[in-house]
Amino acid sequence: MLQADAERMAIPIVITLNGRQEQLNVAPWVTLLDLLRGPMELPGTKKGCDHGQCGACTVLIDGQRVNSCLKLAVTLDGAEITTIEGLGQPGNLHPLQQAFVDHDAYQCGYCTPGQICSAAGLMSEGHAHSREEIRELMSGNLCRCGAYTNIADAIEQVMGQTSKDFKEAAE
Amino acid sequence: MFNPSKIVGVPVSRIDGPLKVSGKAPYAAEHYEPGMLHGAVVVSTIASGKIRSIDTSKAEAFPGVVKVYTHENRPSAAWWDSKWQDSVAPPGSPFRPLEKPQIQYDGQPVALVIAETYEAARDAASLVTVEYKAETPETNLLKVYPNSYEPKKKRSGIQPPPKPRGKPEEAFAGAAYRISAEYVMEGEHHNPMELFATTVFWENDKQLTVHDKTQGSQASRDYICNIFGLDPDDVVVKNAYVGGAFGQGLRPKHQLFLAVMASLDLKRSVKVEMSRQEMFALTWRPSSVQTVSLAADADGMLQSVMHHAVEATSRYEDYQETVVNWSGLAYKCDNAKLTYELAQVDMSTPGDMRAPGAATGVLALESAMDELASEIGMDPLELRVKNFIHFDQNDDKQLTSKALHSCYREGAAAFGWNQRSTAPRSMRDGHDLVGWGMATGFWEAGMAQAEAKVRYAIDGKVTVSAAATDIGTGTYTILAQLGAEAFDVPIESVHVAIADSTLPTTGVEGGSWTAASTGSAVQIAAEAVKATLLDMAQDMDASPLADATPEEVVIRDGRLVLDVNSQVGVALSDILASKQLSSVEEPGKAGPDMLQMRKFVSYTHSAVFVEVKIDEQLGVIRVTRVVSAIGAGRILNPKTARSQILGGIVMGIGMALHEEGMIDHRTGRIMNHNLAEYHVPVHADIPDLEVIFVEEHDDKASPIGVKGLGEIGIVGVASAVANAIYHATGTRFRHFPITIDKILESELKH
Repeated sequence: MLQADAERMAIPIVITLNGRQEQLNVAPWVTLLDLLRGPMELPGTKKGCDHGQCGACTVLIDGQRVNSCLKLAVTLDGAEITTIEGLGQPGNLHPLQQAFVDHDAYQCGYCTPGQICSAAGLMSEGHAHSREEIRELMSGNLCRCGAYTNIADAIEQVMGQTSKDFKEAAE
Repeated sequence: MFNPSKIVGVPVSRIDGPLKVSGKAPYAAEHYEPGMLHGAVVVSTIASGKIRSIDTSKAEAFPGVVKVYTHENRPSAAWWDSKWQDSVAPPGSPFRPLEKPQIQYDGQPVALVIAETYEAARDAASLVTVEYKAETPETNLLKVYPNSYEPKKKRSGIQPPPKPRGKPEEAFAGAAYRISAEYVMEGEHHNPMELFATTVFWENDKQLTVHDKTQGSQASRDYICNIFGLDPDDVVVKNAYVGGAFGQGLRPKHQLFLAVMASLDLKRSVKVEMSRQEMFALTWRPSSVQTVSLAADADGMLQSVMHHAVEATSRYEDYQETVVNWSGLAYKCDNAKLTYELAQVDMSTPGDMRAPGAATGVLALESAMDELASEIGMDPLELRVKNFIHFDQNDDKQLTSKALHSCYREGAAAFGWNQRSTAPRSMRDGHDLVGWGMATGFWEAGMAQAEAKVRYAIDGKVTVSAAATDIGTGTYTILAQLGAEAFDVPIESVHVAIADSTLPTTGVEGGSWTAASTGSAVQIAAEAVKATLLDMAQDMDASPLADATPEEVVIRDGRLVLDVNSQVGVALSDILASKQLSSVEEPGKAGPDMLQMRKFVSYTHSAVFVEVKIDEQLGVIRVTRVVSAIGAGRILNPKTARSQILGGIVMGIGMALHEEGMIDHRTGRIMNHNLAEYHVPVHADIPDLEVIFVEEHDDKASPIGVKGLGEIGIVGVASAVANAIYHATGTRFRHFPITIDKILESELKH
C-alpha cells in the first residue's frame, strides 16, 4: 500500500504462499486475488469477473478450492495458499498441467489456471467418480473457448492414474 | 514443394501450452513497473440523455487518488472522425470517451479515476456522483424494426446483398410447398474470459510501450497514434497472450484510449482494466428480426428463396455484417430476393462476434429449411442434398472446393442419422422427449494481406516473425510447424515472434484468415530463404548444386540437397560459413489473388447433427450428442483445429439455449451484465462432441491450401439444436435463445 492511510490501516498477516512463508501488511479491503495479481506479482491467478461467478481466480487454500476474488486477504492469517505457479513450472509440470497440454484442454489459456487448481481441489475432495460428476463439479469454472470436453479428458486421465477407485467406477 | 509432411498436419501440442498451464503467459494487465498508476472507470447509469453535472470532489480527496478525468477536463485529442476510425470501423462517428456530456448508451464511461493502487481507484470511482438529464431511450428492436433502413454507406469488406434474381414472388406464389416464418434473436455478448485491459509503460512524452488486449497490435497502435498525434515508430503495442476475444477485440476499446491519455497527461505508466460489467456495454452481436420464405416444387426442388433481415445498430454508427447473402448461395435456386436493413437503438455499436452475420443469417435459413422439409414431409438431410449446388449463384462464380457432400455423408454416418424416425415427438427415452436435428454451415474462406520474415541461423535455429495474434486459435503453434517443416528441424528449434506491432505487417486476427494469410506469408518467406541459400551454395567452389533450380532442392537434415538424391548437397552451416554469415533472413508476402477472385470464390462448409433430450414435465433441455463434419481444406494441426470447432459448437449451443442480453426497455439498461445472469454453457451443459474433418483438397483458397476454422464451427449449430427441439416436441420455436420458460409454456398446451 503506497498511500499513508492505507499503511495506517494495514494489518499484518503471515501466510504460506506456494511453500514460502510471507509476512505481509495488507489493507482490509484487499482481496486475495488482487493481492496475488498486484503486489505479489503472481498473475497466474486470473481475474475474470471479480464476483465469484467464473472461477478463473480459483486457488487452493489449505487444500480446498476457493474463488480468491471473494476472499479478503486479511482473513487468511496462517493459511496455506497454493496458486498455479506453485503447482508446477515449465519443465516440471504437475500431472494435471501436463494433461491439459496433452489434451489441448484450453485455447486462450485464461481460464486454465483456475480450471487446473479447481481440478486439483476436486481430486482431493474425492467426490467425482465419473465423467458426469467431473462435469457437474467443475461447472463453477467457465471456459468461453469451449474446451470443456478436453478439460474433462485431461482430468479423467489424471484421476485414472491416481485413483484406482475412480478407474473402476469409470469402467 | 516441401518434403512429405512430418510436422504440418500432425496433432502437435501447443508450443505456448507449458506457459499457459503454469500461469507464466502474461496477458495485457499482467505487466508491472514500480510506481505505476491504476485506473478505474465510472460508467453511466442512463442509456440516453446528458450529464447535467458531475461531482468528483470526494473521489479526488480519496487517499491515493492522483487525478479524476471527466468530459470537463479531458486532454484534447483528434478532432476528425476519420482519426478515430480503426481498421474495421463501420461507417459513422466512432465513440469518443469523455468527450461530451451526451450519453449514448448504458454503461458509457463518464469518468476515469487514476490512483496509486487499484483499490484506491476502484473505491474512489464509487464516490463520483453524476446528475443526469435523462431522455427516454429506445432499445427494443421489436419496436423499432418497422423504421428500418438500408444503410447508405456500406461497411468496407462487407458485401451488400446481391440484386434479386429470377421472379422470387411469382415462383413462391405458384409453388407446391411454401413456408414463411419470422425468426427473432436477442443480442449476445462475447464475454471472453479475460477482461479488457491496457498497460502503458511511459518512456517519455513521445515513446510508449503498450500491452493491450486486442486482436491486432498494429490496429491498436494506429488508433492511438492517429488520436494522440504520436509517431508510429515511437509506439510499440504488444499482445503476447489474448484471453479470448471472439471479435470483441477487433476494435479498440475505451480502456486503451483512457490508459494512453492518462499516461501522456501524467507522464507516468498506467494500467486500466475493465470490469465485467463494463464489457457488456460494448461490441455485442446485434439482435435481429428475420423473415425467410422458401418454396419448393413437388419433388422438393427449391423454387424461391426470400430472406429479409433487420439488425440493430447504434445511433452513431451503421454496423453491418453479411446476414442474408448466405441464403442465395447455400442451395440451388434461380429465384431469390435478399434484403438487409438496420434499425437504430440507444445502445453501443454492435460488432463482429464469431461468424458475424453467418451465425445469425444461417440460423434463420437452416431453421426455415427444416420447416420446409416438414412441410414437404421429406427428411431434412435429403432436402439439402437434393438442392446441392457447386456454384455461387450470388456472384456467378465457381467455388474453389466444396466437400459438403462428404460432410453430409460422414456426419450422418457417425451420428446414425438413418435411424431417425421422421415424425416429431416420436422418439423417447423414459421421461425425455428425444429430438434429432441437423443443419448446414457456411463461412467465407478469406485471405488478407500479410507479411512475415523467416530467418535461418547457422546453429539450426529458425525464427518466424509477423505481427499476427494468437487469441487462442493456435497461431504460435501452426507458424512453428510451418517453420519446422520448411527447414526440417524439430519444432523446438523454431522461435515464433508474433504479437508485436513492430513486426511485419498483418491485419487483425479475425474472419478465420490468419492461418491462411500469415501461414502463407511464412511459407513464401521460407521459400525465399531456401532460394537465397541455393544462390550462396552455387557461389561455392565446385558446388554440387551448381545446376539446380530452387524447385529441385529441399532442406533435409541440415543440408540443402537435391530432392531426388539426398547424397547431392551442401550443409547449410557450410553455405552460411562460405559467406561469413551467421544467419540468413528473407521477407514473404501473401494476399488474395485478385485475378483468380474474378472467377472463383471460396467457402468453408459444415454439416452439424444434434441430439436433444427434453424432460417432458420440467422442460429442461439437454444437448446430448453433437457431430460436426467440417470441410475446410488443409488442416495444419488436427489438435488445435479440433479445439476451434469444439469452441464453435459450444458457443452455438449457447446461442440456441442460453445467451441473451436482457434489457429493461423502460430504462434501456442491461439487466444481466454479469456471468451469473448472462448464461453461457458450462461443463455440465456440454456432452462429448465429435468433430470430423473431411478430406478436401483446395489449391486456390490460399497458397498453403488452408481455408480457416475460427468461425465455421459455430455456423448452423443453433439451428441444428432448434430443429432437434422441434423434432422432440413438435413445436417450432423461432425466438432465440430457446429457454426453459418457452418450452414449458408450449408443453402445457400438449
